[in-house]
Order: sequence, then structure tokens, then C-alpha cells
Amino acid sequence: MKLGIYPGCSLTGSARDYNESVFAIAEACDIQLEQVPDWNCCGATAAHNMNKELSLALPARILAQAEKVGMTDIVIPCAACYSRLMVTQHELNNDPVLKNRVSEIIEMDFKGTTAILNVVQMIDKYVTPVLKDKIVKNFSHKVACYYGCLMVRPYKVLQYDQHEDPQGMDNVIRLLGGTAIDWGYKVECCGAGLTMSKTEIVGMLSGKIVKDATRRGAQAIIVACPMCHSNLDMRRPAINEYTKEKMDIPVLYITDAIGMALGIDEKKLGLQRHFVPVKMAEYIPPVPEPKKPKAKEPINNL
Amino acid sequence: MSSASNHEIHVDNSLSGLILKHTEVPVQKCYQCGKCSAGCPVVNEMDYPPSLLLRMLQTGTPEMEEKVLRSYSIWLCLSCEQCISRCPMEIDIPKMMDYLRQVSYKKKMVNPKAKDIVRFHKAFLDSIKNTGRLYEIGLTLDFKLRSMNLMQDLTTAPSMIAKGKLGLFPEMIKGTKHMAKIFAKTTGLKSEDEK
Repeated sequence: MKLGIYPGCSLTGSARDYNESVFAIAEACDIQLEQVPDWNCCGATAAHNMNKELSLALPARILAQAEKVGMTDIVIPCAACYSRLMVTQHELNNDPVLKNRVSEIIEMDFKGTTAILNVVQMIDKYVTPVLKDKIVKNFSHKVACYYGCLMVRPYKVLQYDQHEDPQGMDNVIRLLGGTAIDWGYKVECCGAGLTMSKTEIVGMLSGKIVKDATRRGAQAIIVACPMCHSNLDMRRPAINEYTKEKMDIPVLYITDAIGMALGIDEKKLGLQRHFVPVKMAEYIPPVPEPKKPKAKEPINNL
Repeated sequence: MSSASNHEIHVDNSLSGLILKHTEVPVQKCYQCGKCSAGCPVVNEMDYPPSLLLRMLQTGTPEMEEKVLRSYSIWLCLSCEQCISRCPMEIDIPKMMDYLRQVSYKKKMVNPKAKDIVRFHKAFLDSIKNTGRLYEIGLTLDFKLRSMNLMQDLTTAPSMIAKGKLGLFPEMIKGTKHMAKIFAKTTGLKSEDEK
């Protein structure tokens, strides 16, 4: 089956590994991913911080490019791009005047009818149904699924999962034979857009996340966003400076976990590109002891 | 006793009135429960917590409004959307922050501690204006020059290149002229003058 994809800039550079694992699992599950023709950057944090019209026009051009070739469904693996395109489509569909103005700016028709999927929605829709027959090796690891901000918020626009305790990735991990832990930093912010300009703040925010996952015995952190990945993985020196101890928990994309369970070559998934080496022992959850039937208590007749 | 009119929200020339007019965010509805500040990941680094910014805007005095526009808080806000997801009055604080940043920048009132954040945003936008897509090495170098943080990431970048995580050359889209037009129409052709 065919599906449109908007990779976004990160996936062509610093998150090439994410791109590789998304395409690898798509191929394994017979999904043909076709890029939105001549796509541009969504503008990210910079555009909506500095200029409202620009922050709407850039995503609108991307969506209009998809509409032009009749692409009705697109997957957006980057949570930040996903958020920008979802917010733009929502705002323009709710404000006809603004919609006209933005159409004028981009000199293209913009209908606002594209179905936008984040990577977990793509997995739920197209990968999960065929997963059972394709798993060659259970992903037997205890992991902390980290959703961050933009995959679940703002809830009113995205309407995806529970915004305080999302379960989408946790469910995928369980299907793969893994264990997903309960923890406190599932939807906290990693510092995202400040990674270059305020690295020490990113070290603190990401440090809290990495520390909590480690403290609760997770063997890896699972993410679905290139910003989250680069902050938790590549910013490990800043993180270690904050935590005052060396954290060596690896950070995997959810697509890496699926790829590993499907037996896809690690190089094809791009695992060698992660900064923190991906090494995890097998984890078999303890089987809870069966409850003994309670002995009948003597009836007190007083 | 409060009458019904006390609950009406007026669009006037105060900053909160302008926020309402341009973003439909009703600053006056805040009743200081403090949930936004409690959940904000960077509140400890801010000069005013988000709930206090709202209170300052509610006063409508020029002194308070100036403090808001000159604050570090508005630039430090990560747009993580935690505040709006917990606000009982559904006040869209991130949207308000976007507007405040834009006004603060236009009026040249950016907090000195936030200069690097603004430099980064401008370097980012200049990068995509020219090529259509982000050129990460170009952005890094440009930001280093603008902020004079020449030593930063000196160790990260070579490992990124070794791991194939940095494209050495920019990716040009076909529609670069189209991009230039979009930038011209939205920014008024003035992206080079304010460096």
C-alpha cells in the first residue's frame, strides 16, 4: 500500500537514523512511502516565535504540495513537524479569512483536507495488524516510553492519546514482547528548541528525564521525535554534567524497537549512528506468584 | 457583588486587549490558580512565572506591560504546551507568548539574556529562506558567528559527521523562488537588515 510522507529537515541530517528505521519497517510491512513533492522546512519553533504568518505559510505550502498531487494521507515522523502541520491545518480550517490570506501568500490552493498521521498512528494503522506473523525475535527489554510534548499536546488540536499518560508506544512495546514501565517524565519537555542557544537548560530538562528512566530500571528510552532523540542521546555530556553521574542508558526510536523485533539488520536501522551505544541485556519480567486461596477465618460469634 | 458586566472582556488598546484582538486569548479570564506555573518545565529559570505574567497583563498599566515585553520569560518559554493542557480556563498561554515575542522583537525590547535565543531563531529562518530546507552545518556556523559562542559543540560536530548525521552540503528545493516570495510577503523583505 502507498502512503505519503513528510520527512522534515532533521530526517535528512541529524536524524538520518530515524529516517532509516522508518523506511526499513515500512518496507518490511509492504508500505510504500512517497515523499511530498519538493517539500520545504515547516519553520519549526523559529517561525512561530518570530512571525505568525510565516509560521502558517510554510506548513501550508507543504500541505498544498501534497494536495496538488492527490496525496490524501501523510505520515510525519518528526513530532515537531507533526505539531506544526496539525496546528496550521486546524487554525486555517477554523478561520476562513486567514485561510484566504495564507493561500494568497503561498499562491496555491489550500483545502486543508489532508489526513495527518504521527508515526505511532501509522504503526497502529498499518504495522500492528501484520506484526504478529513478522516478529522473529521478541523485543525482551524493559523500557521507558517517552512522548515529550508535541505528539500529545495541544490535545484540542491533535486529539491523540491521553495527554498526561499516553499509551500508544507502550502498547506497541507490549505487542513486541517488551515491558513498558510507569514513570514520571513521559510527557515532560526535553528542552527542544533551546538545544543550541541554551544548552545548559536542555542538559537539566533532559537530565531529569534520563535520570528518572534509569532510576526506575529502564534499559532504554523509547522516543518518536528527532528533537527528543538528539537531546537525550547527543546531549549526554550536558546531561551528565547536570546529573553529576555518567548515564549510559541508550535512546531508541520506536521504529528501531520494531525493526529489531522484525530481525532487520542493525545497520539498516541506523543504530550505529546513535551516540550512546545500543546494548541491552534480555529482560524477562518476573511471573507473579499465583494467589493462594485465603484460609477461611474462624467466625467470631461474639 | 459582581455584576455580569464585570465578566465581559473588552478589546481596548491595552496589551491584553491587543492579545485578545490578535490571538483571541482571554488574559482577563485567569483567576491565578497557578497550574501553568506549577507545570512549567522552565519556571525556575524565568524572571516571572507564567501566571504572574497574566496577572501583570491584567493590571493594564504601562509599567507592567513594559516589564512583560522586556521579560526573559517570554523567550524562555519552550512552547511545550503543558500550561494550556492544564489550564481550567483554557487560556492559550503558548499562543499569547508567540504574540508577546513578536511585539517585543518589533519594539526592540528583547531581554538581553534572550539575545542568543533570538539570534538562533534568525539564523534558522535565514537558512531555510535561501534553500527551502534547513542546512544544519550552515545554521551551526552562522549561529556561532552571531553569538560568538565559537567553542560550543566543538566536540559534538565532528562525531556527528563521523556518524553520518550531518549533511555536508545544503539540500536545495526546486521551489526556492517560491520560498523567497513567501518570506518576502510575510516578513516584508527585511530579513537581512536586523542582524
